[in-house]
Amino acid sequence: MVNKKAIKKHREPPFHVVKRDDMPWWGAWGIRVATIIAAFLLVGLLSMALSGRSLFETYGIMFSGVFGRIFEGRTMMLWKYLQEIAILLALALALTPAFKMKFWNCGAEGQALMGGLASIICMIELGPKLPYPVLIIVIAVTSIVAGAIWGVIPAIFKAVFNTNETLFTLMMNYIATQIIAYYVYIKGGGSNVINPVEYGNFPAVGSNDYFVNIILVAVITIVMFVYLKYSKQGYEISVVGESQNTARYIGINVKKVIVRTMVISGALCGVTGMLLVAGKDHSINVNSVGGQGFTAILMSWLGQFNPFIMAVMTALVVFLRIGVAKVADTALLNSSFSEIMVGVVILMLVGCEFFINYSFKFKHNKKEAKV
Amino acid sequence: MKKIIALLLAVAMLFCFAGCSAEDTNSGAEAKSDLKVGFIFLHDEQSTYDKNFMDAAKAACEEMGVDYAQKTQIPESKDCYDAAVELIETDGCDIIFADSFGHESFLIDAAKKYPDVEFCHATGTQAHTAGLDNFHNAFASIYEGRYLAGVAAGLKLNEMIEAGEITADKAKMGYVGAFTFAEVMSGYTSFYLGAKSVCPSVTMDVKFTGSWYDEQKEKEAAQALIAGGCVLISQHADSMGAPTACETAGVPNVSYNGSTLAACPNTFIVSSRIDWKPYFKYMISQVEKGEAIATDWTGTIETGSVVLTDINETAAAEGTAAKIEEVKAKLLDGSINVFDTANWTVDGKKLDSYKADVDTDANFEKDTEVIKDGVFYESDKRSAPYFDIEIDGITLLDRNYG
Repeated sequence: MVNKKAIKKHREPPFHVVKRDDMPWWGAWGIRVATIIAAFLLVGLLSMALSGRSLFETYGIMFSGVFGRIFEGRTMMLWKYLQEIAILLALALALTPAFKMKFWNCGAEGQALMGGLASIICMIELGPKLPYPVLIIVIAVTSIVAGAIWGVIPAIFKAVFNTNETLFTLMMNYIATQIIAYYVYIKGGGSNVINPVEYGNFPAVGSNDYFVNIILVAVITIVMFVYLKYSKQGYEISVVGESQNTARYIGINVKKVIVRTMVISGALCGVTGMLLVAGKDHSINVNSVGGQGFTAILMSWLGQFNPFIMAVMTALVVFLRIGVAKVADTALLNSSFSEIMVGVVILMLVGCEFFINYSFKFKHNKKEAKV
Repeated sequence: MKKIIALLLAVAMLFCFAGCSAEDTNSGAEAKSDLKVGFIFLHDEQSTYDKNFMDAAKAACEEMGVDYAQKTQIPESKDCYDAAVELIETDGCDIIFADSFGHESFLIDAAKKYPDVEFCHATGTQAHTAGLDNFHNAFASIYEGRYLAGVAAGLKLNEMIEAGEITADKAKMGYVGAFTFAEVMSGYTSFYLGAKSVCPSVTMDVKFTGSWYDEQKEKEAAQALIAGGCVLISQHADSMGAPTACETAGVPNVSYNGSTLAACPNTFIVSSRIDWKPYFKYMISQVEKGEAIATDWTGTIETGSVVLTDINETAAAEGTAAKIEEVKAKLLDGSINVFDTANWTVDGKKLDSYKADVDTDANFEKDTEVIKDGVFYESDKRSAPYFDIEIDGITLLDRNYG
């Protein structure tokens, strides 16, 4: 008997993990904010260690990398920062309705590229022929349709054949990338670059090229918030996401909701492609979206599917991306350093959700012994 | 709770210490002038092409006593424009330099946005038609360097023929190119003509990778050429792919952009490269003096822009150094012209006239006569090369426009 007890005691792990539902909102946000602070500190310390500069100086460089010489009245970098937030946020917003429906759209990259492709084709082929306002409308319509088509194909397959949407949307990315590569090959000539097209560019407001993009994304953010929270369709998305059977039972046409939501998701990705091509780059290449379609997945998650929290998270991540890149540049470090740091921070932010949803229960008698 | 307070205190102390050290690091060496140069590089020091620019930038700025900032891994897209904006807005640069062909249009956009900043671009073609006072192209007569490197290759082939390793009709070289594009074509043709000037029976196969930097593809291209009977390899692509493939196969290699001796001690013969330091110094001094930078600047052997690395005596043929000096002197005094039409033919015929695509346009129109008095004058109408003729003796195994 004594022996058996000893073995049992030996086998008992020092702690075990328990799912918890009792975390109050301030506790959850306390953990998140603490993680963000810790993440900034960690990035600062690592940058400090590698660049040989002090912590204050490191944060100073990060700040100047993001905001430029803003205190001298030069606001260009600030606008650029807002523009980069806008693009990543737009992609995250585009993914959110699909994610809320538990439809894992990993195809933002491809959907945005196809939207961008539609824009650049209109700019090159129709640019010299159409008056500017008509051209802009044509660009908008074709980009939205192109993104929507790229998004709805996997949705139809999911609704009808129940295919795996994660793999399907991922594969669609590769097809989109190759189509872009081929288009660039046709139009690029010499060194494989499409030179900036002068037609169909979004207008600059004052000397600010990015104003239109930023305003558009701000509007999309608000509309998306209202749509998800207060509209009937938004409610249907939540129900389908929670349980398809429940949705069917209360008379929601699940297939219709899946297809409709992916049309919206793809269309918004298409809009982002247009913002990138007509609003910013005036050109396209296979890296135009630059993997942001994947970062956006994380942004949508970190934002708890709430557009406003998503905006804050996006602002943080973009700040880190630009800021750390500047630290790396000034210390003549390899430019991959910034990507590594952003990866570390995102990992920490995702990881902290674990501590919000689960708690550790330490061995009872050990706790007693401690006291 | 105590633990948290302790942690916070520890963090606070860290900040304090960090604050102390900040003052020390600020008292660095003062730059001689308040001019600042911003460099935009396509890749980073992993690429032989970019390393060549990066080393020259550092050396030139240190010698001139000016401060500089750099951005690496900048693709040929709007990112180049953004990088220029950042270097101007955040770092306060007065001169922006970008090193890759595809950067050009985006740099021109930035030049329009910032008329007070000087923009210099290597390998570009549009400055002479862009009509901007603050946008400039630069290149070097690297075809002369390639020609000299070709002479070294030809001597090596002669040595192999004499040693009975190959027969004269088997003297076939292989060339790994990036794109089927004038800069590359001018490079391999001058290399071939250099070899042919000492080894008349030489022929050459060319393979294109469709990328300026793709180590695997360059390696595979070199291996394919070697398998196809090429006994000497050279390349115009920026990774260590071809040189290391040669070292593994024991096939002599004439390199580009700088010495690959360290990685290829047994097969590296010599490398031609452009030394950008003279241009960087010129560009900085012109701005310091308040004088205009030339729209098209072509560095030469004379300006010190076209150079050869030290010859690796282990791999090179005997007497290579002396022969190179002799040919170099002739290039300098003008008694040899690399693209003298007497030395090459197209479909068995000598060319008397050729229109090259000098002015950049969407249709790649051939617009300018470039042959005069029996010589194709390269880098004369603009700094970037425009020799894109496929001459006899060179076989293009594939074509790759990207």
